[in-house]
Amino acid sequence: MEEKLRIYLDNAASTWPKPECVPRAVEHIIREAAANPGRSGHTLSIEAARVIAEARRQTAALFGISDPLRLVFTGNATGALNIVIQGMLGPGDHVITSAMEHNSVMRPLRAMELRGVEVSVVACSADGTLDPDDVGKAIRRQTALVVLTHASNVSGTVMPVSQVGAITSERGIPLCVDASQTAGCLPIDVGRDGIDLLAFTGHKSLYGPQGTGGLYVREGLEARISPLAMGGTGSASEREEQPLFMPDKYESGTPNTPGIAGLLAGIDFVASQGVERIREHEMTLARRLMEGLAAIEGIRVIGPRDPYHRIAVVSFTLEGVEPSEVAFRLDDEFGIMIRSGLHCAPSAHRALGTFPQGTVRASIGFFNTARDIDETIDAVASIAYNR
Amino acid sequence: MSTVERWVLVFESVSATLAAEQALKEKGIPYKLVPIPRHISSDCGVCIRVDAHQRALAEEVLAGRVRVAGVHRLPDSRPRPS
Repeated sequence: MEEKLRIYLDNAASTWPKPECVPRAVEHIIREAAANPGRSGHTLSIEAARVIAEARRQTAALFGISDPLRLVFTGNATGALNIVIQGMLGPGDHVITSAMEHNSVMRPLRAMELRGVEVSVVACSADGTLDPDDVGKAIRRQTALVVLTHASNVSGTVMPVSQVGAITSERGIPLCVDASQTAGCLPIDVGRDGIDLLAFTGHKSLYGPQGTGGLYVREGLEARISPLAMGGTGSASEREEQPLFMPDKYESGTPNTPGIAGLLAGIDFVASQGVERIREHEMTLARRLMEGLAAIEGIRVIGPRDPYHRIAVVSFTLEGVEPSEVAFRLDDEFGIMIRSGLHCAPSAHRALGTFPQGTVRASIGFFNTARDIDETIDAVASIAYNR
Repeated sequence: MSTVERWVLVFESVSATLAAEQALKEKGIPYKLVPIPRHISSDCGVCIRVDAHQRALAEEVLAGRVRVAGVHRLPDSRPRPS
């Protein structure tokens, strides 16, 4: 039997494959050094702790964070966002976000609304673009936080983070950025971009394993954010109260040492390739895909046309065919794996005019090739002609 | 055996200790990670041991980079292997 073609275009959900160094690093630490990091003074415990320390340094370096101890490891970006949203806001506070947010931001915000927090959702245009001045206009005296995605996981639209950062910095309001879709494929510098809190995931464009992520907290802000989870940290063991210093305040319990070792390998890979080079490769393919799709009758490509205002996440609809049907046929008939539906972002789909049916989303990663893109365009064309 | 005077630098967490280790390593200052002596803290972690003549330099390197929670002279009545 002829082996079916296998093309993976769901990198916005999780990148695959991973660079070979990632599984190797995970296997190595499980086999050789997966003691509890820093809980004991013996060689293996220290070795495990050193891996985490190195991962902290490399991650910090990637985001322009001068003090690695300002960086907390979490299980995912959702965990990081929840620390900020649940730990920082209280009754009477006002928070601003955009219409393009993922449910990892929207759901905790809606839950906080029930606890007396006021939420303003700033509208975006039909291609997902946010006007930074609209954020400025939404600021009130009680505004305690602005939460903004760096780029939409639906339309690929890049948000004007540094312009918003300039506004929030001037007004003294902390800016929390959700970099789930951008960490590793779009340059981030917390100082330059005016980012006070940065939530990121490890398993997307940082090429680490699932179950890794983190949060950067600007110096001093930890005083205003209560930890969600408390427990053993390996520090200040004689005290029964949670330590207040970074990163231990938000890192209770045994961490995902094998995952973090894999994340370190992934970040090494990203740093060796260079974020700019990765972006160039992905956007070359994204342009090719958008142009190819746009030429097919009945296809509507969502999001900005200008590649400078987007990442390599390409959502589209096919007139007369449900997105789930397109996705199923791409997988079943052509071995092409993409994602359809609402992508956990109903608000974004409302802004883009694709709610409730959703879109078909092809998301490109470092390991995709021009051939993957051409095969996908041909397959979508075939589905379109055989509607 | 020697009775060289040694000091330990204690930090508030393992993460801070390892950040300090990195800083000393970068500057080529000799050190050793050792369990925190029981008389200093009941914490189960590690601290950084340096020879007395490196102490000032070590503290200078760490200033502004990692907060040092405590600096203690080890009792030199107990000789340790050098």
